[in-house]
Amino acid sequence: MSDLADLYQQVILDHNRRPRNRGKLPTANRVAHGDNPSCGDQCSVYLRLDGDRIGDISFDGSGCAISQASASLMTTQLKGKTAAEAEKLFGEFRDIVTTGNAPEEISDIGAFAGVHAFPARIKCATLGWHAALNALKGDPVTATTETHKD
Amino acid sequence: MPDWNNVRADFPILHQQVNGKPLVYLDNGATSQKPRRVIDALVHYYERDNSNVHRGLHTLSMRATDAYEGARARVAKFINAADSAEVIFTRGTTESINLVARSWGHAHLKPGDVVLTTEFEHHSNLIPWQQAAKAAGATLKFVPLLGADGEGGLDLAALDTLLTPQVKLFAFTHISNTLGTINPVTELCRRARAVGAVTVIDAAQSVGHAPLDVRQIGCDFLAFSGHKMCGPTGIGVLYGRRALLDKLAPDETGGGIVVSVTYQDATWKPAPERFEAGTPNVAGAIGLAAACDYLDALGRDKIAAHDDTLVRVAMEKLSALPGIRIIGPRAGAERSGLVSFAFTGVHAHDVVTFADEDGIALRGGHHCNQPLMRKLGLTSTTRASFYLYNTVEEIDRLVASLQRILKFFGP
Repeated sequence: MSDLADLYQQVILDHNRRPRNRGKLPTANRVAHGDNPSCGDQCSVYLRLDGDRIGDISFDGSGCAISQASASLMTTQLKGKTAAEAEKLFGEFRDIVTTGNAPEEISDIGAFAGVHAFPARIKCATLGWHAALNALKGDPVTATTETHKD
Repeated sequence: MPDWNNVRADFPILHQQVNGKPLVYLDNGATSQKPRRVIDALVHYYERDNSNVHRGLHTLSMRATDAYEGARARVAKFINAADSAEVIFTRGTTESINLVARSWGHAHLKPGDVVLTTEFEHHSNLIPWQQAAKAAGATLKFVPLLGADGEGGLDLAALDTLLTPQVKLFAFTHISNTLGTINPVTELCRRARAVGAVTVIDAAQSVGHAPLDVRQIGCDFLAFSGHKMCGPTGIGVLYGRRALLDKLAPDETGGGIVVSVTYQDATWKPAPERFEAGTPNVAGAIGLAAACDYLDALGRDKIAAHDDTLVRVAMEKLSALPGIRIIGPRAGAERSGLVSFAFTGVHAHDVVTFADEDGIALRGGHHCNQPLMRKLGLTSTTRASFYLYNTVEEIDRLVASLQRILKFFGP
């Protein structure tokens, strides 16, 4: 049960029950869609870029608690960031979910460290991030978990 | 009746702990476990008889050939085919259906023709027909599924309008891997025959679970896999009526299928060799024959009754869980030994991860049935699928695990 408790941290359960920034963003000027064909999880990310910064961001879709909570938490972290900052943060997030090591000073995304013990779920945790990065790049192609390594 | 606890002793894999709990294997719709008898048959073949078939004149080759052709005869008997030559060994259901779709489709489908299938086929009995219809300029049509939860089964009234003389082929599943629905295959074949349509049955979920007789059903083609019926992976069967097979060109060509070859051309052996280019899966066929022996020694009618007992208990207990939506036939109605369900607010993947922590193997996802999921307004379900070695106690463990999950994710 300890691995499972690590996987489903309170912060993750909270974001799953009460997702932040969920729904279409009427002012969005970028959108990208991600899907995980192995399980049918879907996530769309809507961005409003103000200059080179993310002025506003939202997501919608359907999937497991891990994918939905991750996308929800991601939107709270990316608001106000530049594309370069977003990519750097994703790098840190990916390290956390693949190694299980979360630096102490890191924000709530450290709650996803427990994912590393469930390799099959890493794709769930990164789905929303991939869609967000595609949206930032202006890449309308659907991000799919089958073409990236995590 | 067999002593079902003795049956469990036949399956070495079942006697292990997963995450500290005794394994409860409820993913039989994906693949079944293998009895000692099947494993021993594979070991015996590789340790004693391994050789190439149909080509050698030495002792081992003759032994391997006898065992391989013996396996074909055994499988023919298992489905009551009139002739062993009607049994083609393939990699599995998918390859079997693709073989018909390409060989038969290429020879017979023309623009304006209709290929008919149903709204709840596994992708392996959908995409090959999409491809065949596109290649020929034919149209693909679907017999609707009735009910908001798919509980009504095939719309047999709609079949009257859909089964026109333009329908050249009707492909349908025997048992839905997602809904548990059992199709009235004999009636479907009779009605297809009346308009001259060729029938193809996906029997992947049925052949190892109940008696099956291709002549009584009256189908033209029938496909299944060994691994879902206690046999090895990588071996499957395409049954085809001899009269149809003899007129069909091979889909895959190469060694072992030819009578005479020149630099420019080749002529084909009759079925089944015509459709088995290259060195076949000899060990797999032998293992499959051992699985046929195993299942028939227990009695497939008794296995069907056991599946039925389990699924009735499961339907009753699962129906009582809060927020559950079960798709397919309603409780009490006829269904095969599997149940697919979704919970409000808890995703199938979270259910499967939690159940695994309790040592229970389930399947979560779209079950290779994306269009059906979309039609039912779902993205995924959790599926528990039963077989001869499962017990009522295991269903109790499943229900207890699901209760724990609901409590964890509850408000």
